[in-house]
Amino acid sequence: MSAAARAFLIWLLAMLAGAAVVWNSHFSADMSFFLPGRPSATQQVLVDQLKEGAVTRLLMVAIEGGNATQRAAASRQLHGRLEKMPEFVSVQNGQAGSLDADRDFLFRHRYLLSPAVKPERFTVEGLRESIANSVDLLASPAGMVIKPLLPRDPTGEMMELLTALNAGAQPNIREGVWASRDGARAMLLIQSAALGSDTDAQENTIATIRGQFADSAREAGFSDARIVISGPGVFAVKSRETIKSEVSKLSAISTLAIIAVLFFVYRSGRLLTLGLLPVVSGALAGIVAVSLIYGTVFGITVGFGAALIGEAVDYSIYYFVQSGRMGAAEWRVRFWPTIRLGVLTSVCGFAALLFSGFPGLAQLGLYSLSGVLVAALVTRFILPALASNDHPVRDLSHLTPPIRQGIRTMQKLRWPVILLTLAATAVLVINRDQLWHPNLSALSTVSAADAATDMDLRADIGAPDSRYMVVITAPDREAALQAAERAGQQLDELVARGVLGGYDSPARFLPSQAMQAARRASLPASHELVARLQMAQVDSPLAASKLGPFLDEVDKAKEQAGITRQSLNGTSLALAVDSLLMQRPDSWSVLLPLRPPAGDKGVDIDIAPVRTALAGSGALFIDMKSEFDRLYNDYLDEATLLSLAGFVAIVGLLAVTLRSARRLGAVLLPLLLAVILVITGVHLSGEQLHLMHLIGMLLIVAVGSNYALFFDSAGNDGRLDPPTLASMAVANLTTAIGFGTLALSSVPVLHAIGVTVGPGAVLALMLAACFSGRSHE
Amino acid sequence: MIKRLLGCLLLLALTLPASAAFDVGQLMTDLAKNKGGKAKFTEKKFISLLDKPVVSSGEMRYTAPDRLEKRTLVPKVETLLLDKDMLSIEREKQKLSINLANQPEALAFVDSIRGTLSGNRAALEKNYALHLSGNSDKWVLTLLPSEQKIAALVVRITVSGSRGLIRSIEYLQADGDRSLLTMEPVELK
Repeated sequence: MSAAARAFLIWLLAMLAGAAVVWNSHFSADMSFFLPGRPSATQQVLVDQLKEGAVTRLLMVAIEGGNATQRAAASRQLHGRLEKMPEFVSVQNGQAGSLDADRDFLFRHRYLLSPAVKPERFTVEGLRESIANSVDLLASPAGMVIKPLLPRDPTGEMMELLTALNAGAQPNIREGVWASRDGARAMLLIQSAALGSDTDAQENTIATIRGQFADSAREAGFSDARIVISGPGVFAVKSRETIKSEVSKLSAISTLAIIAVLFFVYRSGRLLTLGLLPVVSGALAGIVAVSLIYGTVFGITVGFGAALIGEAVDYSIYYFVQSGRMGAAEWRVRFWPTIRLGVLTSVCGFAALLFSGFPGLAQLGLYSLSGVLVAALVTRFILPALASNDHPVRDLSHLTPPIRQGIRTMQKLRWPVILLTLAATAVLVINRDQLWHPNLSALSTVSAADAATDMDLRADIGAPDSRYMVVITAPDREAALQAAERAGQQLDELVARGVLGGYDSPARFLPSQAMQAARRASLPASHELVARLQMAQVDSPLAASKLGPFLDEVDKAKEQAGITRQSLNGTSLALAVDSLLMQRPDSWSVLLPLRPPAGDKGVDIDIAPVRTALAGSGALFIDMKSEFDRLYNDYLDEATLLSLAGFVAIVGLLAVTLRSARRLGAVLLPLLLAVILVITGVHLSGEQLHLMHLIGMLLIVAVGSNYALFFDSAGNDGRLDPPTLASMAVANLTTAIGFGTLALSSVPVLHAIGVTVGPGAVLALMLAACFSGRSHE
Repeated sequence: MIKRLLGCLLLLALTLPASAAFDVGQLMTDLAKNKGGKAKFTEKKFISLLDKPVVSSGEMRYTAPDRLEKRTLVPKVETLLLDKDMLSIEREKQKLSINLANQPEALAFVDSIRGTLSGNRAALEKNYALHLSGNSDKWVLTLLPSEQKIAALVVRITVSGSRGLIRSIEYLQADGDRSLLTMEPVELK
């Protein structure tokens, strides 16, 4: 077997194995790209909420067009259709009767549910006071509501429950169903059975809503009906669509542009195909490595392939162009060391990302690292065997004069370049406080228009944003509920002091067994209650004789079975409890979402008193927004550290290899200047910098070093032979195309890398030329 | 001669209601002139379940055309504020706000007071049939709900007053219970 055939066979087997791995890989385009890989306890809550929290299953629906009657009819139609489907846990549109089951449940179990049920409540004094209260309430406008219940519930337990339930603002109602604030659209609030992190299921759910809506609008002859849906599920689905379409679009643009360049250079289908071999191998290896190590491949990672293509194709360009006359053996001696050093600096840059706690970043690092490495290895070991020495590259010597002219021009511009960089540095220093985007939303794929629609619908329907919550972990359900009740007592005080507007708790509808037993034990025996009631009501306008139904109800409550999770089935309270009380692999966790006080204080909660009240109780207070901000800052700090570490590794590598401070300085200077100029350019173009721009800076150094190293290899006279110059120009062009394509992306992570590394690579080459050699004729 | 006399009488009979007689339009004009003021009120609720009526009292303040504040002082302090379509009730530490646009029945109920106070005939006739008796100095306006949903709650509302001032409002509920609100103006704008 010839060397070529053996090489090809090995390569083919590796590729087939790789393809098999990729075929079985799991691809994802969800939020986990951004979620911490090694979360702290508070961050774990954040991750859980984003992946399976009830809020992520919420879809807000607005029906537009037609008149209020048509919209209300469409809302009822849609409600009727969706309610029966298993894909939906709850469908609410505010129509009358929808809360009857909840009200019945509360009334039936009021003596086990009402926090006012204590032994004191049923003493003579307690009865007198609570019944007098109810009679007073008859004087109020609310009296009409309680009057029919009075004989059965004279102590007002139902009122206690309803007061605690009232969560403040309710959506508007037009024609009997929820409407937006301006009344121009009908609103529904839908909870999907599918988890928010299950993007496939969310996509189906959303499609079902749209389909059912279209059907019912058609049946009703409501021709200009429109539906607007928003919520975390919609964002997830849209992000995935964006990433999917961009991955194919960007890869196609980058591949076509690079093929065009290669064809111009090679004018040979065979060389073109061979030249793409390392690229394809690298791209495949990247996905294989990520899939094997992380299990899941993020869509954004694959999107980064567009840049990898531009970078990986360089090696074959160097090989074909440079080895044209001298042959493979000579090339290995003269050029491979320089290229190898370039590959290693790139690897150092990407490897720094591997240590990131930001999973997306670590994946990008691994993907690029393995891709570049494999592309270089294929170029070095497989390509020469396959191409043998028979690869006449078209004569590119006509490129040499303009390139040399360009280098000379650049060399004359040393001082202007240095002055320009100083000016740029000044701009950055002066604007240092406005350079950075402050939070994680900078990386979000959600478009501004979609975010605005979401805000709008959320305000219309008063959907919870769940910014503040208390989290409790306990070994079992009963312990969890008891802990929720204890924390609830602390929170009640804060509500009374006006620090909080209110809070939700699963124990409100599903009290712990201990609490239920205590409440049941508070109810006096029948004959005892009769006697006490007689004494209590002596002077009351409500005679004890009229309260027979009350005695029956208390008797019934004493006999009644306790409330379990199953008793809540068929009410919307079940959903409320399930979303606040969750079973973990080895524990239970309770969420108590807090509401800010009503009024003009805004939507913030004064955090200090809440922390003080909960101190020592084991309950964790979390402000989701500040957690997100902290998470982002952690990422940013970490990325800064990693970039510096990557930079130090590159400097170390170059120092060891070059063994000359002067040469090291000559290689690094153009790279640093390129970084400063690019960042200033990005800032002046109005973009706020974020995490990925920072990574972009590292990559400018990692990728750009290749060009500076060629100039370095030329030695003091700085003269590079024509093939080397041509290969550098072409390789730089393909790299700029590969990274530059990412700048077209609307995915911020990719865009930021594109706008920094694309121009950065070109600048690195130009500036390396600018500072190359000492003297040129 | 007789014929002419009869003709005059007939003419008189036809013109009288339009000029001298007191009608709903006239009352509404009188009421609309009232731009607001403060009154003491006493409300008695006669409820079959109770042996005695529940009595409450306090102050009411009205600012034309759509702001009404009812502050109950006895037996419990409670403030009810109606501002356009927002009804808020504050009682002890509880505060409740209701957008009446969401509650057509409650809105109809509230409109019986608000429509009368502001002399808004269109608002009243949307939900009630109006019957007026008496004269400008002592009138009684009866509102009979035309809408079945409202009639299920209240069968008759009787408002009495003198010129542009309301003296009492009586609600007769469908279950036979009734409430009587009497007002004594303390200042006028």
